[in-house]
Amino acid sequence: MVELALMGKYIGAGLAAIGLGGAGIGVGNIAGNFLAGALRNPSAAASQTANLFVGIAFAEALGIFSFLIALLLMFAV
Amino acid sequence: MATEAHEAAGAAGHSAGMPQLDTSTWDNQIFWLVVALVVIFLVLWRVALPRIGAVLAERSGTITNDLAAAEELKQKALAAEKAYNEALEKARVEAGRIVAEAKAEIQADLDKATAKADAEIAAKTAESEARIGEIRAGALESVTEVAKDTAKELVAALGGKADARSVTAAINARLKG
Amino acid sequence: MTDVAAEGEATGFAIHPMDQFIVKRFFCDPAHADCTSNIGAFEITNVTVWMAATVLAIIALMVFGSRGRAIIPSRIQSVGEMIYGFIYKMVEDVTGHDGVKYFPFVMTLFLFVLFSNLLGLIPMSFTTTSHVAVTVTLALSVFLFVTILGLVKNGIGFLGMFWVSSAPLALRPVLAVIEVISYFVRPVSHSIRLAGNLMAGHAVMKVFAGFASMAVISPVAVGAVTAIYGLELLVAVVQAYVFTILTCVYLKDAVGGAHH
Repeated sequence: MVELALMGKYIGAGLAAIGLGGAGIGVGNIAGNFLAGALRNPSAAASQTANLFVGIAFAEALGIFSFLIALLLMFAV
Repeated sequence: MATEAHEAAGAAGHSAGMPQLDTSTWDNQIFWLVVALVVIFLVLWRVALPRIGAVLAERSGTITNDLAAAEELKQKALAAEKAYNEALEKARVEAGRIVAEAKAEIQADLDKATAKADAEIAAKTAESEARIGEIRAGALESVTEVAKDTAKELVAALGGKADARSVTAAINARLKG
Repeated sequence: MTDVAAEGEATGFAIHPMDQFIVKRFFCDPAHADCTSNIGAFEITNVTVWMAATVLAIIALMVFGSRGRAIIPSRIQSVGEMIYGFIYKMVEDVTGHDGVKYFPFVMTLFLFVLFSNLLGLIPMSFTTTSHVAVTVTLALSVFLFVTILGLVKNGIGFLGMFWVSSAPLALRPVLAVIEVISYFVRPVSHSIRLAGNLMAGHAVMKVFAGFASMAVISPVAVGAVTAIYGLELLVAVVQAYVFTILTCVYLKDAVGGAHH
């Protein structure tokens, strides 16, 4: 029974870590679109770096949440 | 005692969960965090930020002043250049005037000398012409004399009686003709 | 709990990526005494020491660096001025002209987070910002500051930012619920982002460092640790920047929230 719980814990942690991939896609999407826009209109790019970082931060936060779930499963449950 | 220590180490030590979630240390962390933040805030608010702000303001003031001074110096330099150009222009005009004057003077001298030379030449020419005329007149007279004499002699030799008046008339007519 | 430890030790492959985050008494020899349990609030721990290092580093940079007040700055002074100008511009750009008077508050947060992150990258050091307790305190202080400031400055009109007047009337209550939830999730994401990033980076570095004990893959592991260290240096700076700019974004709601 204990082994089963342990197995479930590890599998759950691994599944939770998949969420980080989504965050990676999101961050890459934001950065790529920023670059595409910046190449079209370089003069406007400098004023938008703050928005870039805020967007990256929001996208990344969700990935960090799933990472947190993984850590909690690994170490705290 | 020993087991208790081991258990405690196990509870907060190796792989025993996330140390971040060990709530027994939170009061310690939060206390020191607040202390650190208050110290940083006071130091920044009271000392560092006003000082750096003042330095930056002073620097931008200095830069503005320097730029103004540079602008002023530039204006001065432009004015100096303008004055120099003006002086140069004036000097050029003066030089042109002097050259023209000298040229006119020289021309006047030259004209005077030319006129004098022309007059001299004309005088000499007139004199020469007069003498040539004299010589020519002399020569004509001699030719008339010789012709009269020769004609009288010829007439006498041919046995005629020479009429002095008609001979002279004939000779004159010939010479004229 | 103990199963994991026992298992790790049983296989002879003992990587303890979370051990670096343990809070312990600083003047304490773990061989002779218990350094981790029953820590009082006022005891000198490694948290204390590294926060003191952070404070000293900030004072060294911002106070001693600028003590010459030179028109032509020294290197340290120009670094301090650069950070000053950077954060000042950020506050001015994001929160507008009214927000400039909260610049010292934002600067305190930025410098604390930046120096904690950077000092945490020194090997064998302790990263204070990887602890949820620390970042939650920081984020909650921002949250409470912004909320109280908004209520004091705009009165009840501050609650108007939850009522999206540009949306159709039928949608507004739904949007208001979403807005309220997202408002209260802010301190959570604000703090967990910082702690999670640093914790993840340091734990990953520790795992790769543990792989370096195996001779076969140790060159790869050492190279990976080097690469991740460079990434973590970037993350340390970017996370400090993100934390600060989010603080500015939240401040904008309080300072100019009623106007849009």
